[in-house]
Amino acid sequence: METVFVLLLLICPFTGFLINLLAGKKMGRTLPGIIATTAVSASFAISLFYFIQILSTNAPVEVRLFDWVTFGEFSIGFDLVLDQLSLLWLLVVTGIGALIHVYSTGYMKDDENVDRFFSYLNLFIFFMILLVTAGNLGIMFIGWEGVGLCSYLLIGFWYKNQSYNDAAKKAFIMNRIGDLGFLVGLFILAYLLGTVDFRAMSFELSDIYGIDKKLLGVAALCLFVGAMGKSAQIPLYTWLPDAMAGPTPVSALIHAATMVTAGIFMVTRMSFLFDLIPDVQTFIAIVGAVTALFAASIGIAQTDIKKVLAYSTVSQLGLMFMALGFGAYHVAVFHVITHAFFKACLFLGSGSVIHAMGGEQDMRRMGGLKKVMGVTFVTFLISTLSISGIPPFAGFFSKDEIMLAAFEHNKILWAIAALASLLTAFYMFRVLFLTFYKDFRGTAEQKHHLHESPKSMTMPLIVLAILATVGGLISLPFGFNWLNGYLQPVILNLQGVEHHSLDSTGWILMGVSTAIALIGFGLAYSKYISKSAVPQEDDKIGGFAKVLYNKYYIDEIYNTVFIKPIYAMADFFKNVVEKIVAASVLAFGKGIAILSVYTKALHNGSVGFYLFVFVIGFCSVVFCLLLI
Amino acid sequence: MSNILQEIGINNYIYLSVLLFCVGVLGILFRRSAIVMLMSVELMLASANMLLAVFSVYHQDASGQVFVVFSMAVAAAEVAVGLAILVAIFRNIGSIDIEKLKNLKG
Amino acid sequence: MDIAIILIILLAGTFVTFFSGDKYASRVALSFSILTAAYSLFLLLQYHTTGAEYSIQWVASPNLNFSLKLDGLSLLMILLNSILLPVIILTTLPHKVPFEKLLYSLVMFMSFAMTGVFLSSDALLYYVFWEASLIPIYFIIVMWGNGDKSKRRQAAMTFFIYTFAGSLFMMAAIIYMYSKTGSFQLMDFYNADLNTTEQIWVFLGFFFAFAIKIPIFPFHSWQANVYQRAPLIGTLLLGALMSKMGLYSVIRWQLPIAPYALHKFQGIILVLCIIGVIYGAIIALRQSNLKRFFAYASLSHVGFIAAGTYALTFDGLLGAVILILAHGFGIVGLFLSAEIIHRRMNTTQIPEMGGIKGVAPKFTIAFLLMVLASIAIPLSFNFTGEFTIMYGLYQVNIWYVIFIGTSMFLGAFFMLRMYQQVMLGEWTFKGAFKDLTLNEGFIFIILIAVVLFFGIYSKPIVEIVTPALQEILVYINR
Repeated sequence: METVFVLLLLICPFTGFLINLLAGKKMGRTLPGIIATTAVSASFAISLFYFIQILSTNAPVEVRLFDWVTFGEFSIGFDLVLDQLSLLWLLVVTGIGALIHVYSTGYMKDDENVDRFFSYLNLFIFFMILLVTAGNLGIMFIGWEGVGLCSYLLIGFWYKNQSYNDAAKKAFIMNRIGDLGFLVGLFILAYLLGTVDFRAMSFELSDIYGIDKKLLGVAALCLFVGAMGKSAQIPLYTWLPDAMAGPTPVSALIHAATMVTAGIFMVTRMSFLFDLIPDVQTFIAIVGAVTALFAASIGIAQTDIKKVLAYSTVSQLGLMFMALGFGAYHVAVFHVITHAFFKACLFLGSGSVIHAMGGEQDMRRMGGLKKVMGVTFVTFLISTLSISGIPPFAGFFSKDEIMLAAFEHNKILWAIAALASLLTAFYMFRVLFLTFYKDFRGTAEQKHHLHESPKSMTMPLIVLAILATVGGLISLPFGFNWLNGYLQPVILNLQGVEHHSLDSTGWILMGVSTAIALIGFGLAYSKYISKSAVPQEDDKIGGFAKVLYNKYYIDEIYNTVFIKPIYAMADFFKNVVEKIVAASVLAFGKGIAILSVYTKALHNGSVGFYLFVFVIGFCSVVFCLLLI
Repeated sequence: MSNILQEIGINNYIYLSVLLFCVGVLGILFRRSAIVMLMSVELMLASANMLLAVFSVYHQDASGQVFVVFSMAVAAAEVAVGLAILVAIFRNIGSIDIEKLKNLKG
Repeated sequence: MDIAIILIILLAGTFVTFFSGDKYASRVALSFSILTAAYSLFLLLQYHTTGAEYSIQWVASPNLNFSLKLDGLSLLMILLNSILLPVIILTTLPHKVPFEKLLYSLVMFMSFAMTGVFLSSDALLYYVFWEASLIPIYFIIVMWGNGDKSKRRQAAMTFFIYTFAGSLFMMAAIIYMYSKTGSFQLMDFYNADLNTTEQIWVFLGFFFAFAIKIPIFPFHSWQANVYQRAPLIGTLLLGALMSKMGLYSVIRWQLPIAPYALHKFQGIILVLCIIGVIYGAIIALRQSNLKRFFAYASLSHVGFIAAGTYALTFDGLLGAVILILAHGFGIVGLFLSAEIIHRRMNTTQIPEMGGIKGVAPKFTIAFLLMVLASIAIPLSFNFTGEFTIMYGLYQVNIWYVIFIGTSMFLGAFFMLRMYQQVMLGEWTFKGAFKDLTLNEGFIFIILIAVVLFFGIYSKPIVEIVTPALQEILVYINR
C-alpha cells in the first residue's frame, strides 16, 4: 500500500504526460493544461502528506521495486527514498511546478502545440521526482538524464526556429559532457564500494580504512563535473543562457528553480563522500565563487531581460556551490529554496512582461510598464529585493548565511562573493528600472497592446512573491533554525549547527551584506533613474562593455577550440582516412588485377604452347622427383 | 609366352615403349594438325598399354592385360568423341590447324 | 525439446516461399517467420539453464557432426533473430517488389543460415552456415538494391569478397584446430592445448573474419556503401542480424579458444574498438546521405559492443549481449525511419529534408524515441547495455571508459544534429508527408515496447545469459 502511494507520486505526472502526448490533439487548448496541472498538484499533495508525516515520525519511507541494472557483483535496484532532503526538494519541485503549470495555462493558451508543451512539462516533473527520490546513484542518473532530455525538448519547443533547436542541442550535449563525469564517478564508487546505494555507500565510507583515497577523490571530482554540467558552472555554463530560447515558464521551472539545482542536490546527497576529500571541496568552492562573479559581471551588460536572469541564475548557483565547498550543505539547500521562489517569480514576471510586449525581450524597448502591469511590477519588485539581499526578504537570510560560511573559511572567496552580490543587486535593479520605470520606449503598436496578464498568470506570481518574502523564516539566524534541525538526519557532518547563535562578526557581516545590496541599488538608481540612462544599441557598445555584452566571447572561443576542430576532423576522416582505408582494401584487388595482366599472357590460346609447357612441366617434376 | 619375353628381354620392351612414347610426345609438340596430334596421343596410349601388358606377363598376373583391354575400349570411345569434335570444328572454321584455334585465349 | 526443428521450419519456409509464387510469397514468408518466432518463444519457455544439445554424426572421417547446442547466449540470439525476422519482413510486405518469391525465400534462407550459425557447436558446420548466410545477402543487394546497378554490384562484390577473404582466415584457423584436436567440436576447441604461437595465429585467423563482419575499425570500408546500396530489407538483415553474428561469434568462438593471445592483444583491439566508436561518431557529422549516416552511427555502436566483448570481464560480456539485442531492435527503427522518409520525400539527402515534425507527429514521436534509444537515454535498452559495458571496461582501465564515454556526447551531437536537420525547422518540401501507416505504426510499437521494457527491466535477459557467459569466462581466464 505504501509502495503504491509512493509510486503515485511518479505515476501522476507520467499519466498526465501520456494522456497529453497521445490524446492531447483531440482535447482542445484548455484541457491539456488542466490535466497536467491536476497531475502535478496530486504529486504535490502526496509530497505534502509525506512531508507532514516525516515531521512527526522522522523516519524515511523507502520503496524497493525490482532490479534495474544487474552487474556481475551487484545490481542497481529501483529504489525510492523519501527522506528529509528529498521531501524538501519534492515540495519545491511539485509546488513551484504546480504554480508554473497554472501560469502556463495562461501563457501558452494561444500556442497550437499546447498539449505537447504540457506533456513535456509533466514528463519533466516525473523525471525530477525520480531524481530527487532516487535511493541510489543509478536511479538518480535516470532522472538526471531524463530532466536533461525534457530540457532539450522544451528549449526546442518552438521547433521551427533552428536557432532555438541549436540552443536545445547545445544544452543537451553540454549536459552530457557532465553526465560522463557523473557516470565515471559512479563506476569508481561502484568498484570501490560494491554498491551505489546512498545509505550503503555512506555506511561503507564511515570507515575508509583500506579504500584508495586518491581514487575516491577522483570519484568526487567526476561527480562534481556532472554537477557542473547540470548546474551550469564554469566551464560548462554556456548552455544555460542559450536555454532561454524555450518558453518562459520552462525557463522558470527548469532553468531556474528545479533542474539546475540538481547538481546541488546531488552534492548534498553525497555529502558523506565530499566531506572526506577537502581538496575537492576547495575546488568546488573556488569554481562556485568564480562562476558567481563571472556570470554576474556578464549579467550587468545584457539587454535581453531573460538573459540577465539566466546569468543571474548561473551566478546564484555559483554561490550555492561555494557554500557546498565549505561543507555548509544546509546553507546551500536554504539558498536553493529561496532562490527557487524569487527566481521563479522573476522569470514568470519577465514572462508576463514579454507576454504583454508581444514577444519582445529587449529591455531597451521596454520601460514604464509599472503603470499598466501593477501586479507584475509589485511581485517583480519583491523578488528583486529578495535576490539583492535586502532584509527582511528571503534572499537576504540565505545569502547572508553563505557569506557567513565564506567568511569563516576563506576571506578571498568571501570578497569575490561579496563583489558578485554587489553586481547582482546592480543588475537586478537595472532590470527593474529599465523595465518598469520611466517612459515606454517600444513601438506604438506594442504600447497599444500592453496589458496586465490574466489571473492564471498573476496568481502564481503573487504566491511566489509571498514565498520570496517569507521564505527566509525556515532558517533565521536568531536561533530559530528549523531547516538545520530538519536536515540533520540526512547530512552527516552538519557544520555550524551548534554555534549558530550570532556573534558580533555575524552582525557585522549582516550589515556589510545589506550595505552591499544597498550600494548596488544606489548605483543602479543613480544611473538608470537619476541619469535616465538606457543601454546603447548593439553597434555603439565599445570597450570593456562590449566584451561583457559579448559574454567574454566564450561561445566563440568554444566554437573555435572544440566545435570547429571536430568538424575539421570529420572532414579529414571523410576525405582522407576513409579513402585511405578503402583504398588499402581495394589495393589487394588492384594488385591481383595488375598481376593478371602479366599472367594472362601465358594463356595465349595456342594448344601447342600449352602442350609444350605441360610437357616441360611434367619433365621437370619427374626430374625433381628423381633428384630427390 | 614367357619364352618370348625371356628371349627378347624386358629391357628391350621398355625401350620400345619409351621410344613410342617419345615419338607420341614429339608428334604432339611439333605437328599442327589436330588429327595428327590425336594420333600421337593414341601412340602414347598404345605405348603405355604395351608396357602394362609386358609387366603383366612379367609378374604373371593377368589383371594387367585385362586392364589393357578396358583401356583400349575407352581409347576407342575417346577417339570417336575426339574425331567428332574435330569434324565439328572443321565444319565451323574450315580448318583443323591448331594455330587457328585460339578462342581460349585468356 | 528439439532445437533442430527451428532450422527445419526456416528451411521449409525457404522452399515453400519459393514455390508459392510471387503473389503469396510475402505472406507465406511472414507466416513461417511468425511460426519460427513462436517456436523460439516455446524454446524460451522450455529452457532451463542447463541448455540443450543435439548431435548426430555426419561423416566419420573427418570427424564431422551435425551438432547443435542451445545455451542462454544462443537462445537470446535465436530470439533476436526470430522476433526481428517477421518485423523485417513486415517492413517490406506492403510494397511491391520484382521477383517477390525469390526475395523472400532468400530472406528466409539467410535467416536459416544465421540461425544455424547461432546454434551450431561443430566448427565445420558453423563455417558452412557462416558462409551460407553470405550468399543470399549478395543477391539481395545486387537484385533489389538502390541506385545505379553497377554501383550496387560493386558494393556487393566488395562486401562479398572482403568478408569471404576474412572467412578464409577463419577456415585456416579451424582446420588447424582440427589437425590439433582431431575434432570439430566446440568443447574440444575450448579444451585444446595450444602453445602461445599457435594461439596467436588461431586468434588472428578468427579475428579477421569477425572484425570484417562486425565491422571493427579499420575493417569497415565495405559498410557504408553496402548499407547505402542495399534495399531496406537487406540493410536490416545486415545491420540488425548479420553484424550480431560476428559479435556472437567473437564471444562463442574466439574468446575462449585462445586466452593467452586474447590477453596479449586485448589492449590493441580495445583501442581499435574505441577508435571505431569515436571515428564513426565524428565522420557521421559529415554524411549527407541519411543511410550512410546511419551506417556510420552503426559503426560507432558496434564498436561499443565489440569493446564490451573484448573487455573480458563478466560485465563487459553481459553488457555486450544486452547491447547486441538493443542495437538489433534500435537499428531496425532507424533504418525504417530513413526508408519512410525516402519513400515519402524521394530523397536520402539530409540537407533536402526538414520540418517533418510539423506534418507527421506520430512519425516524429517514433523517430525521436529511436534516436533517443540510440544515444542511450536511461530507461532505454541501449542504455542498460552501454552502462554495463562501461562498467565492464572500467574494471580493465578507467581511460577506456573515459574515451569510449566521449560517445555519450559525440553520439548525442551527431544524432541530435541529424534529428534537427531532418525533423525540425520549417516544412519546405513541396507535397504531402503521410504520417505512419498502420503497418509502420505496428512495427514501431513493437520496437518501442521492446526497447522500453528491457530498458526498465533487463533482469530476464541477465538471468538467461549469465550461466553461459560464466562458462565462457572460465575458459577466458584459464
